[in-house]
Parts: sequence; structure tokens; C-alpha cells
Amino acid sequence: MKPLIQLENLVKTYQSGEVEVRAVRNVSLVVEPGEFVAVMGASGSGKSTMMNTIGCLDRPTAGRYLLDGVDVSALDRARLADIRNEKIGFVFQGFNLLSRTSAVENVELPMLYARGAKSPRDIRARALAALAMVGLADRAEHFPNQLSGGQQQRVAIARALCNDPSLILADEPTGNLDTRTSIEIMGVFQKLNDSGITIMMVTHELDIAAFAKRNIVMRDGVIVTDKPVERRHFAAEELNQPTAQPNAVAAA
Amino acid sequence: MKHTATIRIALRALRRNKLRTALTMLGIIIGVGAVVAMVGIGAGAKAQVEAQIATLGQNVILVMSGTTTASGIRTGFGSAGTLKVEDAEAILREVPGVVSVSPELRAAMQVASGNQNLMTQILGEGADYFEIRQWPFKSGTSFTEQDVRGANKVCVIGLTTSRTLFGDADPVGEILRIKQVPFVITGVLTPKGMSMMGSDQDDVVILPYTSAMKRVMGQTMLRGMNVQAASPDVLLQVQDQIITLLRQKHRIQPGRDDDFTVRGQQDIAAMATEQSKTMTILLAAVAGVSLVVGGIGIMNIMLVSVTERTREIGIRMAVGAHGSDILLQFLIESITLSSLGGIIGILLGILSSYLLSTISHWPTMVSPASIVVAFLFSAGVGIFFGYYPAQKAAALDPIDALRYE
Repeated sequence: MKPLIQLENLVKTYQSGEVEVRAVRNVSLVVEPGEFVAVMGASGSGKSTMMNTIGCLDRPTAGRYLLDGVDVSALDRARLADIRNEKIGFVFQGFNLLSRTSAVENVELPMLYARGAKSPRDIRARALAALAMVGLADRAEHFPNQLSGGQQQRVAIARALCNDPSLILADEPTGNLDTRTSIEIMGVFQKLNDSGITIMMVTHELDIAAFAKRNIVMRDGVIVTDKPVERRHFAAEELNQPTAQPNAVAAA
Repeated sequence: MKHTATIRIALRALRRNKLRTALTMLGIIIGVGAVVAMVGIGAGAKAQVEAQIATLGQNVILVMSGTTTASGIRTGFGSAGTLKVEDAEAILREVPGVVSVSPELRAAMQVASGNQNLMTQILGEGADYFEIRQWPFKSGTSFTEQDVRGANKVCVIGLTTSRTLFGDADPVGEILRIKQVPFVITGVLTPKGMSMMGSDQDDVVILPYTSAMKRVMGQTMLRGMNVQAASPDVLLQVQDQIITLLRQKHRIQPGRDDDFTVRGQQDIAAMATEQSKTMTILLAAVAGVSLVVGGIGIMNIMLVSVTERTREIGIRMAVGAHGSDILLQFLIESITLSSLGGIIGILLGILSSYLLSTISHWPTMVSPASIVVAFLFSAGVGIFFGYYPAQKAAALDPIDALRYE
């Protein structure tokens, strides 16, 4: 089976005034389909830059990036947009939903930009199905400001799911959530991962990283640690322990 | 992406900010409204002038005594009598293409009938005059060629004169006294309305020119003459030949000024339309400026909107929007703003020109062409002033846009 993500000697440098900033220096990484990777590191460690490149939002200065066997390091903006649309789902720390737009319409957004034409009825049906998958079928017509943080993040996940991506990229998806809600979101991710979707997630929190299968730590633009998770957490189990997080019951 | 979806996205964005949308459109509304109303007023004025020129008659050439000298001094056409009846006869006889000629005398005089009297315009004319000016009779008939030859004491009066002296009664056969000379009224003319100079053309008494010479004015020189040409094609040629003929007859040396003035209907029309054209251009310029100002308003708001929605643009790009999708979205927003403003402006322009014509009795004429042009222009303003902000939005880097606070 070919790897889903293959970085070969990836280099990314920025010109910040007179100074050249080397954000990512010679990173090579292989992620197989079905993996669940947590990327950790202090700010400035280059993890965001690497994730932007993996997410086809940015192009590497040097090196190669193969996504699903296709070299995407030299594609133009429009082609990259198509690849993001077809293969990648994004989940952000700040949810990044369109305000004053209902949950279901937010979920429809990537399908509106899909190159293959779908009928509005098809799009609506798929959006509702995606919302049901994250347990928000009854909140379809709610607006983001009528939803809790956890619910908003679920809408964002539904949006990431609707085009059947092979990869979900999550940038600190639990950064704005309390512990119990964070575990619930991890539960959603683990469920999706079990169904075969590859997930890469940036996080600062060690116990959130423990929900992944593999942990990567970056420092100064290089990968310093890359190891499988030994004592993996399972959200389903943790949520069943009533004493685990007594302070966070109301939030979800 | 399907364009219908883009259009829906754009319209939704406009609906969210109703007040801002309305205020942004206001500039275009006023601009387009002004254009439509102004062009309507201009076209109305032009149509009125054309109608007035048509009252002169068909293919008419006016020949008047006196001229403007080369040094610019006017000897006042019509006053200094330099034209004679023989000139009129010569023109009819010798210039090919001339159908008829009516010599003309003119004076303002008191006329009386019974115990009513009136200061009015007295015209001495030939029997063909009514034919030349295409002036039908309301009742009675014209005086005849016989009356002209015999300098008979007959006259034709205009409707205003008739109303003033006789009320609603039919004055045909009644006696009208001019300088104590009794004239029999043979006919009453249908109304022609205001002349281009603004005088009432129906406030008039028309006599055979011979009668006017001998019995009323006591002069033999003509104020001018109305010449009718056979067709519009020969007008210029006839005009030139009249000038040549009159210069010959008046023995004017080459290089000296004419002692008469020849004016075709076209000249008069050109003069009149020139004025209304100047007016229209002026008004259109003002309206155009307000359209440009409206367009800049749209550009301003679109720039604000792009900045405000940077994050939204970032999200859209992250999930797969092309730059062209974003460009189209913002372009549709600005075109919708401007063309919706254009439509409202057109309605407003039609309404205001209608109000102007009913309240202040200005003649207005809103042509479909001006509406189409105004609409296309407003849509064009939307494209022109919306392109830069839309282009700016499309060129955003998705990473920066997503990070934008």
C-alpha cells in the first residue's frame, strides 16, 4: 500500500525582512493510510508550517511532498485548492465556521466548491448525513452562535467529512474546549479513524496526544521524536468513568 | 463551482447588511435617477422644439429684410424694408423648385370689434400662406388670390384673437376694425400654440399683404417672405439660388454683405436643438459625476467588506474555493449592488420626470434607450469599481486569511 503522506527532505524558509527564517529544515516523514498522528512542539517549532504544507495551503521551498502518491509540491494555487477540496478535511482551533450561516449550510460549503456538479438536494442530504455522523442531526438549522463550543467543533468536523476526504488535518482542535468536551471530540476522531480516515492533529496537550496512535514532536524545524503511543487513551472508556471529569458535565 | 451557488452566496451577504447595502446603493440610485430624469427632460425639450419647428410648415425658407453685417452690427431683420413684392415674384418665377411664395408684412396694432378691442399682431400675407405653413381652418376659409389682387378688406384671425373679441361665438362674417378700416372675417385658424420665441402664434390677424400695404400700414416694402420648396432635397439649392437672385436684383457687389437674410427650416431647427443639446450634455455630465461618486462608494464598501471577511475568504479557500470563485463572489456582490441601485434609480428617474411634467408642466420624455443605457452603465460601474476589491480578495493567501483576526 502506498503511503498517504510522504515528505522527502522538506524545507520551508520565509523571508522575514532581512532575515531568512528556516521554519522547516529537511523533514522526511511517511504517514500510512489509517494512521492517527499527533504532532507536538512549542510554537516556532515548525509544526504549523509543516501542517500547512501537508494541507496543501502552502508549497515547500525545497523537497518533495507526495499526497496519495501524487507530487503536489509544484502545483498551482487552483490545483491545490482542488486537492484540498477532494482529499483533505480541515478542523481548526477556532472552529472557523461562517457566522450567520446555519450549521447545515456550513457543512455544505466544501461541496459547493466541488468540481463535480452535485444537485442542491444531494448536497443537502450529504450535509445532513455528515451532521448525523457527529451527533448533531437535530441542530442542522442552528446558527454557530446558538451552539456550544463542542457542538461548533462537531459542525466543523462534519464539514471536513462531507467530501469523503482521505485525510483530516486538525490544528489544535481541542484548544478552545474544556476537558470533557475535548475528550468527546477525541471520541469523534477515534471513531472516524476506526472507519479508515487518516488523521493528523496538532496539539499542545500530552493527554490529548495520547488519544492518537503515533506521536511526533518537533523542535527548531526538525522532528526530534517519532514514536507510537504506548498507553493509548480511548475516549469511549474515559467518558464512561463518572469520576473522571466532574467539573465539565454542563459544557457539552 | 456552480454560478447559481455563487450568486446565492453573494446575495446572502448583501441581505445580512441591509442598511449598508441600501446606503451603498444610494449613490448609484441618485446617479442613475438623475441621468434618466435629465435625459427625459432634455428629450422632452427637444421634442417640443421639433414640434414648434414643424409649425413653421414644410420645406419652408424664410427670407427677411436686413442682415447682420460682417462687422457684427445688426440692421435688424424685418425692420429695414429691403425686399419688394417684385423680389417675391421673381423668386417664384425664376428659382426652380419653389412651389409658392407669400410676401409678408408685420405690425402690432389695435383691432376692435363691437365694444371689444385688442392689441395684436397684424400680418400681411399671400393667399398661399396657410398652405405653406400648413395651418388649417377651424371655421370659414382663407381669403383668395382675388382678394389679394384687389386689396380687399378681408381677414383671417387666430383662435386667441377670436376668443378675446368674440368669446365662443363663430366670428366668420363679423366685422373687425383695424385703424378704423372695417375688415370682414373670412375664417378662423386652428391653434398652433407657442412659437419658439414664446409668443402666442394664435394671437394674430392675417390680411392680404396688398390690403396691409394700402389700407393699414401704408408702406410697400416687405418685412420678409415665406418660400416653400418642392421637397426637402432641394431646400439648400433653392436657398442658394434665392441668395444669388436677390443679390443680382439688389445689385450687391461681390464682397458686400447681403441686405437680406435667408434661413432654412433646418438652420432654425439646428439653432434650437443646439441649445437643448448643450443643456443635455451639461446635465448628463453632472449625472455622470454622481455615478462615478456612487461607484467609488461601492468600491469603498467592497474594500471594507473584503477586509472584514478575510477569515471567511480564508475558510472558503481552505475548503477548496479557487481565487476565481472568490473573485466572482465579490464581483457579483458589487454588480448586484450597482444594478439593483440602477433599477431603483431608473424607477425614481421615471417617477421624478413624471412629477416634473405634471407639476411644473415641463415636457419630459423618458426613452427606453436611455433606460437601457442607464442600466448598462450602472452595471458597468459595478464591474469597474468592484473588480479591484474582488481581485484583492481573490489574491489573498489562505494561510494569512485564516489567521486574520
